[in-house]
Amino acid sequence: MSETAARGALADPAERKKLMSGVGAEPGSSKPDSILQVNTIVRQFGGMTAVDVHHLEVQRGIITALIGPNGAGKTTFFNLITGFDRPTSAGSGAAWSFDGRKLDKTSASSVAKSGMVRTFQLTKALNRMTVMENMMLGAQNQAGESLAKSIFRPTWTSQEKQIEAKAEELLDRFKLLEKRSDYAGSLSGGQRKLLEMARALMSDPKMIMLDEPMAGVNPALTQSLLGHIQSLRDEGMTVLFVEHDMHVVRHISDWVVVMAEGRIVAEGSADTVMSNPAVIDAYLGAHHDTDLGDDALLSDATLEQLEKEVAEEEAEREEEDKA
Amino acid sequence: MDDIQQIINAMMREVVSPQTAAVAIAVIGLNIHFGYTGLLNIGQSAFMLLGAYGFAIAITKDVPMFFAIIIGLLMAFVFALVLGVPTLKLRGDYLAIVTISAAEIVRYVGRSVGYEGLFNLTGGAQGIPGSRYRGPFTSLSPFGDGNTTILEFNYTDVADGATWVRLVGWIVVIALIVAAVKIGRGTLGSLTGGARAGALAGLIAVITLGIFFLAPVPQQNTGVEGWWFTVVTWLLVGVCLIVVTLLIRSPWGRALRGVREDEDAMRSLGKNVFAIKMQALVIGGLFGALGGMMYVLPATVQPDSLGRSITFFCYTALLLGGAATIWGPVLGSLIFFGGRVFIIAASNTYLSSDKYINLMSGQKTSQFAFIVVGVALMLLVIFRPQGILGDKRELRFNV
Repeated sequence: MSETAARGALADPAERKKLMSGVGAEPGSSKPDSILQVNTIVRQFGGMTAVDVHHLEVQRGIITALIGPNGAGKTTFFNLITGFDRPTSAGSGAAWSFDGRKLDKTSASSVAKSGMVRTFQLTKALNRMTVMENMMLGAQNQAGESLAKSIFRPTWTSQEKQIEAKAEELLDRFKLLEKRSDYAGSLSGGQRKLLEMARALMSDPKMIMLDEPMAGVNPALTQSLLGHIQSLRDEGMTVLFVEHDMHVVRHISDWVVVMAEGRIVAEGSADTVMSNPAVIDAYLGAHHDTDLGDDALLSDATLEQLEKEVAEEEAEREEEDKA
Repeated sequence: MDDIQQIINAMMREVVSPQTAAVAIAVIGLNIHFGYTGLLNIGQSAFMLLGAYGFAIAITKDVPMFFAIIIGLLMAFVFALVLGVPTLKLRGDYLAIVTISAAEIVRYVGRSVGYEGLFNLTGGAQGIPGSRYRGPFTSLSPFGDGNTTILEFNYTDVADGATWVRLVGWIVVIALIVAAVKIGRGTLGSLTGGARAGALAGLIAVITLGIFFLAPVPQQNTGVEGWWFTVVTWLLVGVCLIVVTLLIRSPWGRALRGVREDEDAMRSLGKNVFAIKMQALVIGGLFGALGGMMYVLPATVQPDSLGRSITFFCYTALLLGGAATIWGPVLGSLIFFGGRVFIIAASNTYLSSDKYINLMSGQKTSQFAFIVVGVALMLLVIFRPQGILGDKRELRFNV
């Protein structure tokens, strides 16, 4: 975790580009060194299929973004692979493995123990505990957490001190150190996001899964969150995150996976994906490049053009309906 | 003044009685369930009853007392497993429903007369009289026979117990209590750490002595409700407090509170939430069973005396003292039982005698006391939801 820690080989952007340039930009393409592999994972809620992923691999050591319109099944997919939900296809081909370990029947806590730690879209800070206590809960293999050893203080005090030192280091990095004895419930929304990320890092994960880390965070804090995510990658950690903000996705992700209606519709580098017509249709809309705050949009010419486009689309749709 | 002294004496007898201490032990267990882990256990009385049955029946079958205690604890252990396995994976409300019904099942099985084998063990609704199992405990007493009053040196020895002596005494005691509260809150002096704890301990000792000086308690040395019972149960309360302090201030205790706050977050951090909840349910249940054994020692094992109302007394005491605090359960029990007797004694004296006002008959005063206790509990939850010792900051983030 410290500054002196060995930087991963993939800290160099050119190196990452080279690595991913050989990967085919089609859904379910195979990666040179995948840390997470998912096969035939289906989740149905009644008649609605929320997730239907045939194959997905996540490359080790880079930042992969998972994007898609609302209701695309991103969070459900997260829940499935982290053990918070069971796939409908369990027993009929659903299989996923992390770092060579099968996770099909593993509970959420064992998934976290195996090195894949997640955060939540709605931040789950432990409100009535202090920031420090929140952090210390993140550490793994604590002797004092076993009931038998907990009453015998000497069996865990030295480990406790190590954990505390590590927590302080992380809090310092995430600029939360002066809040260490405040209740987590008194932090602002953005600070809670930071706390949740720092807490997840306490377990020294191999891969961190962030569910909308930027939702509801002010722009200044977004910058520092992005910096943190990139530095994690540079230290050799794998990052998979769900995000809506296209600027963020373009800025930091090395690989983008697009979901729509439960399926993976495209994969590729950020630029490739965003020029992919399937993605544009499904998610971005034809005007994703236009700044909506631009006054030029209000000119009569633009409005006429937009109206024309709308009319054309409607005509197309009517034709489809007839057919 | 004599009337007041009698009311105070009645309160003191109730406050030091072994049954108050026994309930305090059960409340300490309930605090692990409800206060720290957030398990809504509405069947603490069943843990107490099972502990009492295990203990009493084992002794009537000539099992040595040590093993009888183990059997009582084992009963609660198995009961906790049976309750926990199906419900702890579900949402919290299910545990509440299952515990309250399981407690009723245990009580009804205890008082059933249908099966002769069972009836011979439990004695039905009449229960097992204390004389059949109290022997081994009483014979351990090193106190001998006779009576002892604590304190031997009391207000009657100063100026023949004149009114002014008692008045001055109570003023001093109340002033000391106020000082202790202020030191506890950090608004008086700037003591920290060990000095603060030392000052508090000293003040509490002086306050206790002062109260016993003003309201001496005469009791038999060894007999039922005697000093032997009182001292042992209160010592056990102390032991339980030490054990709970060690447990709660450990990483295990931290994990309990984590589960109370958010189970999913704990799962995402790699904690086995089911195991933690089960451990908490078992540990709290064992304290309940111990409390149950102590509760029946000076009485009888009667299923109806350990029914729903005891569970609700436990909750009242817990909320009064402050959930998720170490001392809350003990303070809550003292105030709850002391307060209840105060209302009964005061209404007996002032509201049901021709000397003052004759509003109600003698039987009604204890029911009246429960009304007042209920109203007080409502006011407490509205105006001081964190209880006497709780931290208001903790409640502010109740989401």
